[in-house]
Amino acid sequence: MSDLQVAPADAHEDQDEGRLLAALRTGDEAAFLALIDRHGGAMLRMARLFVRSPEAAADVVQETWLGVVRGLDRFEGRASVRTWIFRILLNRARSRGQRDGHWITFSALAGREAARGPAAIDPAEFSDDPSSWPGHWVREPRRWAASAEEELLSAELLRHVSDAIAGLPTAQRTVIELRDVGGWAAADVCSLLDISEVNQRVLLHRARSRVRALLDGYLHDR
Amino acid sequence: MGISMTADRSVAPGGISCREFVEVVTDYLEGVLPGEVRVRFEAHLAGCEGCAAYLEQMRRTLLLTGALGTESLPVEGRDRLLDAFRGWRDADRTDARGTVET
Repeated sequence: MSDLQVAPADAHEDQDEGRLLAALRTGDEAAFLALIDRHGGAMLRMARLFVRSPEAAADVVQETWLGVVRGLDRFEGRASVRTWIFRILLNRARSRGQRDGHWITFSALAGREAARGPAAIDPAEFSDDPSSWPGHWVREPRRWAASAEEELLSAELLRHVSDAIAGLPTAQRTVIELRDVGGWAAADVCSLLDISEVNQRVLLHRARSRVRALLDGYLHDR
Repeated sequence: MGISMTADRSVAPGGISCREFVEVVTDYLEGVLPGEVRVRFEAHLAGCEGCAAYLEQMRRTLLLTGALGTESLPVEGRDRLLDAFRGWRDADRTDARGTVET
C-alpha cells in the first residue's frame, strides 16, 4: 500500500467540524474569516472551471459566501461544512453559467470525458518489439533527479503543475483539483459532483497521467 | 539504466505488460485493485525498472499537485462578506433569514 493512498485530512477535521459550526452560529467573526481564507482559494479555482471570466468566478464565490451566511441557521450538518459550501458554489456557478448560456451538467461532461479515448497514456510509449516482453516501454521512464525536495517544490515547477492542470478538460480538471490539490476524499467528490466512483477514478487517472507526462517532459528537457 | 531484474525478458514480470501497468496505477494508489491483480502489479513493479520509475514519478506528481493546495488566493470582498455575516448575526434571529438578503 502506498503512503500516498487516499489521505483525506477529513478524519480529524470531523471533530473540529462541530466546533466550527458552533462558532459560526454564535457569530464568531474570526471563525468566519478563517473559513473564507481556508476555502476561498479552492472555491475560486473551482468557480473558474464553470464560468467564463475571472470576474464572473469572483462573483460566484461572493454569492456563495452570502448563501453560506443565509443558510447557517438551516444547515443540518449531514454533509461536511466544506461539502455544503461547495454544493452552494456549484449551484451558483450553474445559475451563472445558465444565464451566460454556458453550462452543461457535470455528470454529462464527466461521462463524456471518462469515455473518450482508449488509454490515458500514449500507446506510442509502448512496443511489442521482441527485444523485450510485449507491451514494454519503448523508452523506459527515468526517475526524476533525486534533487532536494525544495528544488522539486520550486515556484517555477509548481507553475508548470498549475499550467498542466489548467490545460486539462473540465471534468478531469475538476476531479484532480478536488482530490489532489484540495485533498478531498473520493467519496466526497462523487457525492458533490454526482458521479460514480468508477467515473471519478477514470477522470482522476487521465488527469494524473497527463500531468505526470507534462512534468516528465519538463524535468527531462531542462 | 533500465536493467531488469528478470533474466527472461520475453515474459513480462507479474504477467502484465508495462502498457497495462500504467493504466492501473491509479487503481493501485487508490487501493481498489483486486488482491490477485495487486499481487501481479507488485511483481511487475519488482521486475521492471521502467515501471518502478513511472510509479515513483507519479508519487512525486501527487506531492507537487498537493503543494498547490497550500497556496492561498486572496479573497475579494472580504469586508463585504464580513458585513453580511455581522448583519446575519445582529439581526433578530426570528427573521434573520430574510434580513440578510440583499
